[in-house]
Amino acid sequence: MNEQSGGTKWIGMPVERLEDPPLVTGRGRFAGDINFPRQLHMRTDAARALPGVVAVWTAADITDVPPIDFREGPIEKLAPYRQPVLAIDRLRYVGEPVAAVFAHDPYVAEDAADLVTMEVEELPVLLDARDEPGEFSFGRDTEATILTQGYGDVEAVFKSAAHVVELKLTSGRHSGVPLECRGAIGRYDASRDVLELHGAAKVPHRNKELIARMLKRAPASVQCYESHVGGGFGIRGEIYPEDILVCVAAIRFERPVKWIEDRREHLIAANHSRNQHHHIKAACTDEGEILAIDDVIHHDNGAYVRTHATRVAMMTCGVLPGPYRVPGAYRAICHFRLTNKTPAATYRAPGRFETTFVRERLVDAIAHQLRLDPIHVRRLNAVRVDEMPFKRPLEALGEEIHFDSGDYHALLDITLNHVDWQNLNKELAARREQGEMVGVGLAMFVEKAGLGPADGVRIQVDTSGEIEVITGGASIGQGFETVMAQVAAECIGADMTKMRVTHGNTERIEHGIGAHASRATVMTASATRVAALKVREKALDIAAELMQSPVDTLDIVNGEVVIADRPGGPSMTLGAIAAALGPSSKARGDREPGLSAEGWFYTDHQVYPYGNHLAVVQVDPDTGGVKVLRYVVGYDIGRAINPTLVKGQIAGGFAQGLGGALMEEFTYNERGDPLAVTFADYLMPTVRETPDLEIILREDYPSPLNPLGIKGAGESGVNAVGAAIASAIDDAIGIPGAITVLPVTPQRLKAIIDGKR
Amino acid sequence: MKPAQFQYHAPTTIAETLDLLARYAQDDGRVLAGGQSLVPTMAFRLARPKHLVDINGVSELNRVRVENGRLCIGAGVRHSAFEKPVEDGPLGGLLASVVRHIAHRPIRVRGTFCGSIAHADPASEWCAVAAALDAEMVAESKISGTRVIPAREFFEGIMTTALHEGELLREVRLPILPKGTHAGFAEYSRRAGDYAIAMAVATYRLKNGMMSDMHIAVGGAEAAPRRLPEAERTLIGRPPNFGIFQAAGHAARQAVDPIDDPSIGADYRRGIVRAMVIRALESAAS
Repeated sequence: MNEQSGGTKWIGMPVERLEDPPLVTGRGRFAGDINFPRQLHMRTDAARALPGVVAVWTAADITDVPPIDFREGPIEKLAPYRQPVLAIDRLRYVGEPVAAVFAHDPYVAEDAADLVTMEVEELPVLLDARDEPGEFSFGRDTEATILTQGYGDVEAVFKSAAHVVELKLTSGRHSGVPLECRGAIGRYDASRDVLELHGAAKVPHRNKELIARMLKRAPASVQCYESHVGGGFGIRGEIYPEDILVCVAAIRFERPVKWIEDRREHLIAANHSRNQHHHIKAACTDEGEILAIDDVIHHDNGAYVRTHATRVAMMTCGVLPGPYRVPGAYRAICHFRLTNKTPAATYRAPGRFETTFVRERLVDAIAHQLRLDPIHVRRLNAVRVDEMPFKRPLEALGEEIHFDSGDYHALLDITLNHVDWQNLNKELAARREQGEMVGVGLAMFVEKAGLGPADGVRIQVDTSGEIEVITGGASIGQGFETVMAQVAAECIGADMTKMRVTHGNTERIEHGIGAHASRATVMTASATRVAALKVREKALDIAAELMQSPVDTLDIVNGEVVIADRPGGPSMTLGAIAAALGPSSKARGDREPGLSAEGWFYTDHQVYPYGNHLAVVQVDPDTGGVKVLRYVVGYDIGRAINPTLVKGQIAGGFAQGLGGALMEEFTYNERGDPLAVTFADYLMPTVRETPDLEIILREDYPSPLNPLGIKGAGESGVNAVGAAIASAIDDAIGIPGAITVLPVTPQRLKAIIDGKR
Repeated sequence: MKPAQFQYHAPTTIAETLDLLARYAQDDGRVLAGGQSLVPTMAFRLARPKHLVDINGVSELNRVRVENGRLCIGAGVRHSAFEKPVEDGPLGGLLASVVRHIAHRPIRVRGTFCGSIAHADPASEWCAVAAALDAEMVAESKISGTRVIPAREFFEGIMTTALHEGELLREVRLPILPKGTHAGFAEYSRRAGDYAIAMAVATYRLKNGMMSDMHIAVGGAEAAPRRLPEAERTLIGRPPNFGIFQAAGHAARQAVDPIDDPSIGADYRRGIVRAMVIRALESAAS
């Protein structure tokens, strides 16, 4: 599917990343690298005057600043549960900002923050979302809302079902932990009355709107600037109290104010995620067909409702059935509850890591209870290729779920054949006979990507022939610039290495969707394609006149317009064409000035890539330790613009999933003190714990919803890791359904194994 | 993560070091060697020494030498110095196998052997080795001169030792293990390089096929590392085999009184002690 005739093919090629040279030569510019003259340094803490301290604020000093608002706009019912920028009257979690110190020097700021003392009366804490809700504030309890999704008559289907399978499952509290902690630099330009936030990430345009709304400024007087970003994963780049504080302080002091988060702060202040308890039931036939699912969820959202509102919980309710048909009835009731822990929100594959664990545990349990082969049960229930597109009266991100395309059975076969499933099971059984605890597990999943409804890109070619692709996307390290350059270069007929891709700068383009929900490639690359094809058309139109050759005889190859069947014949560079289209150029005629174009891409529905994960594990019966011997990801992405980058996304996601499955957990003592506040307590897998990953990347079912067939890559590597590893551990220790809680720590697993003996 | 203010001193001789410690020890002065534990603790402001006496410039402390049947390890010697055997016998081999378990390479090239002993983290590999081999700690100060403290008296509790205020742990002496000594080490941590949940060191010799000169120490499990005579006794005079190793593991499990913290329970740790004693013995036997 080459977008143009004679030029170099870029789409689908594993080209090297354009953004790497500054990053690997020490020329990167992260939030910590941004400095302005006369800047102040902020610390938040739970001060007395020290030399060098400019101000110390508590909530009383910023009564004009509202609580942090929801990104998608006001929600009346949830408004009382928003987090104030500085705590008022009641502290709800350890890590909540109480005071802010502004000083000339970061050391002085830290010394001063050290001197802040508080008179605090300790209250009982609520730490488990399954416990009875307590009082949040007068007349409001800690169950902020109850969310439901469903269809059909659940009671009736369960009543007449041959079998009911029931499970209680818990997904632990963990989160994305980017290498670069957060950072925010507020700056107020009084000469232009513009407030600037530097160090923005993920969704700069949305954040600009949100800051303007909270500080009652016109959006045009607020600008956000993204620098290099050392990882996002959904948690970085949301608006937090610190972002608002640096903005407010920059205006009040008329001085730049810089705040850089340290790791301890990051682990207690940035969004947590994943903590849910599911009590799930399935109604099944004798053959193992799942007729209905009934799930009661207790979602632990921590102390406040932050920018995402109920997004993770609502998504959980909508995506739980995954690839399975569930024809009779479905009901998910989610108790959205607050606890005295760090507030929670989205983390890479929000609602999917959790629900894939729950759903695939359920399928394994059905197979065990009905004495069926778990692969057979998956095949029986999975939506078939002839049922595509498959519509389900449930929603994800406010849209009804429509699986656009795919063959779940075929991909399952590909993965099973890759590992020689029958023989693998025989080999593992033989090793178990010899006393080893080894086992295999498989999980299927459907991802979602490319949330619409629209994204726009502007492309402009300068007189040197350099092409700038101006987007409202964001780069959180995923290779955004490379992908946009590949698409623009192929569609125009240019050299991708001569591209400049602009992103994350609200001053350069009016709208932008940023980088989240695996949207960037689906939406922004599709818009890039539209703009690039327009630039090509514009270039060919004037070239036909200047080169006196009809448009259909022309081609653009490596940035030069040529006559296709006359090699060595006349040619014109894109730079020369840009000059010919200059506002005062006579050659322009009555054409619109500039070799530039804006392109928009619109979509009504998200796309649904899909895949499966397969894990082979070994359990050490003496320690309860789990070693992952082999891990396979089968994934149909529709179309990979850059397969190397897609595989990188999958590998990185897998490592995070491995952490959530076996190691990473934010724990608290009975008083609500966080116990995982450093990398010595919050265990992330290192390269030593992460096995080589086998990735089967397929492009069998390009999405019909966009011209390039793209389906999104960002969250497929993490989605099913908890599910696959849990299943493999069950198999290894010979106890079906043993794993009900993630992460599977050695101590938990040892207790399970010893309980058996 | 910025330390509180402190004054930094950089002596170049032991005499100068002892002078500075005599002057500043009572005013919260601390020795800075590799800094791999002290500096992060300062960054969290959990430690706020007013004075740091940096011994990295004291070159006479950087030596490892063999003297009177002992391996003498100076206060400046880094962990990484043991990655290649420092002596040809079983001791050099044991130290080289243990050092692989200490944290990660950047920490090993900076952190020091004596620093770990003086810091006395319960999960320090070197502390467990020192306890197992009955090491001698040589402490020196201007006031009390030189003292030699045996390992069994040195480790008093979690990060607590018999060192006095103002004393420099100048060197640690380990007995050279005779040829034919079997030595093994095992530990369990959740990730490579993490603090171990428990570890064991085992050494013995064979006389007519029977085990003698038995040393077993456990680290990480209790507040301080120590030898476990209960486990040693089960093995003395017996031939090495898996069955008797299991008995020793069981004895060790019974003998320890493990740390019980919110993330790792005492009972789980006991099980790890058992497994590590067995694995250390198996490694010694192989």
